[in-house]
Amino acid sequence: MTIKGILAFAAMGFAGSLAMAEVAPENVAYTDGAIETSLTGTPGDPVAGEKAMTTASLGNCVACHSVTALEAYPFHGTIAPPLDGAPDRWSEAELRGIVANAKMMFDGSFMPAFYKSGPYVRPGDAYTGKAGTEPLPPILSAQQVEDIVAYLMTLKE
Amino acid sequence: MQPRTIRNVLAASVALGLAVTGMASADPVDDELIIDGDLKIVTQAPAPEHLQDVMDTIWSGWHFREDDTRAMQMDDFDNPGMIFVDRGLDRWNASMGTEDKSCASCHEGPESMKGLRAVTPRVDEATGKVMSIEDYVNDCVTTRMGAEALGMTSAPMKDLLALISMQSRGEIVNVAIDGPAAPFWEQGKEMYYTRYGQLEMSCANCHEDNYGLNIRSDHLSQGQINGFPVYRLKDAGLVTARQRFVGCVRDTRAETFGSGSDEFKALELYVASRGNGLAVEGVSVRH
Ligand code: HEC
Ligand code: HEC
Ligand code: HEC
Repeated sequence: MTIKGILAFAAMGFAGSLAMAEVAPENVAYTDGAIETSLTGTPGDPVAGEKAMTTASLGNCVACHSVTALEAYPFHGTIAPPLDGAPDRWSEAELRGIVANAKMMFDGSFMPAFYKSGPYVRPGDAYTGKAGTEPLPPILSAQQVEDIVAYLMTLKE
Repeated sequence: MQPRTIRNVLAASVALGLAVTGMASADPVDDELIIDGDLKIVTQAPAPEHLQDVMDTIWSGWHFREDDTRAMQMDDFDNPGMIFVDRGLDRWNASMGTEDKSCASCHEGPESMKGLRAVTPRVDEATGKVMSIEDYVNDCVTTRMGAEALGMTSAPMKDLLALISMQSRGEIVNVAIDGPAAPFWEQGKEMYYTRYGQLEMSCANCHEDNYGLNIRSDHLSQGQINGFPVYRLKDAGLVTARQRFVGCVRDTRAETFGSGSDEFKALELYVASRGNGLAVEGVSVRH
């Protein structure tokens, strides 16, 4: 087996074992825009959630939203409503739905769908400008979605 | 599983909050672009008729940049793009290809190009093709000078583009959108509103719905191309409109289009027409 083959095989095994616990993007059930049950069964980690929300290649939520508690990370966007007090406005299930695919909650939303693998118009390979192959890996992993939801739940006012 | 429209008061208040934030910082900087103290450039104008249902006023990207970036463009000595114009003049006068001719052999001085930048891209009557300045240059280079086509974003091409664009500085953009241009204009318009890539974002999502607002540290402009070619401080180099398009589509996590593609030619024609009424800036400065 070539190195590439071994890697691919290992990757398959990895994805396979995760699939047992995780809901794949194409199998997520939305109820009125919300996702009732955890995507992984593992409780979200708010510290990891904070990192995913402020990392440009991951959630990059602060590109559009401001969050007072995340002021240490500079340049919050002004495009979308501040996320302070989000759990006072939305349930955990609704927040999970918004983070996974906001278009299910807000029709035609500008907010990207973070847990979706397709179909897209001219899907790319991340930020390379080259073609990607669907199903694309979602921008956030299932656990990162859970981590972000856990962080959002701390934003009570 | 169906997407639904915003359904409750809560969501309505979110939308309202969004509109209010929009109002707060949507204003482009109130300033006038006067170069070297005497050449006034029109950087703000009533929207062309075809845009009037979506916006009242069109603004050059100049209004959305920081004070020091705007200032650089007010003085040709400080404008780093002028180096490219000078280089363009050298290239204009240099012979190339099997015909051993220079641009000057047939066109005399670069002033002969006055006005062209304001009306391109346009559809060439004879061939029915969309022609931007780059396309005209390569037509002469290959069919009249016996040389290899210049790369769309190569240094010699950008130098000549800077030189030719400068000849129309201050002239009002007036790109034709009807007649033979109509099908290309429609194609470009459709692209402008298509939500590309994994981020599912169209040009309009950023440059029409959200101009004036900040996406992370970037102050969004209307994505006008009257200022192109642009000297981009971030790249320390000259950037063409189509090069900018390549980057903007790539940044939506999409498979982008080539800078010489027919798609981007159509898009350039359409985007140029959204700036009908603004002035050609020659070579502008952006961050
Ligand atoms: C490209 C801009 C953009 C990005 C990036 C973005 N959002 Fe949003 N988001 C929006 C917009 C716009 C809305 C308003 C709803 C609508 O009308 O689409 C929104 C709405 C929301 C809401 C509901 C509003 C509220 O607070 O009551 C939540 C929660 C939310 N986003 C969370 C996130 C999280 C978490 C991330 C990062 C994983 C994120 N958003 C990334 C644009 C964005
Ligand atoms: C052998 C003569 C010749 C040379 C050399 C030449 N051109 Fe041309 N060029 C022409 C002719 C003739 C036309 C007009 C074609 C027409 O009207 O259909 C033209 C048209 C153009 C146009 C379009 C102008 C307009 O108003 O429509 C541009 C731009 C241009 N040339 C640029 C250049 C540049 C830059 C060079 C040098 C790299 C160059 N040309 C070299 C003969 C030449
Ligand atoms: C995710 C948001 C986003 C999308 C989508 C987007 N752009 Fe941009 N674009 C930007 C940002 C940020 C800049 C730099 C700041 C500015 O001028 O807006 C920019 C700059 C530009 C500029 C330079 C303006 C100037 O005066 O320097 C042009 C032209 C442009 N975009 C065209 C387009 C076109 C055409 C599309 C669609 C194919 C597009 N953009 C899609 C974010 C976007």
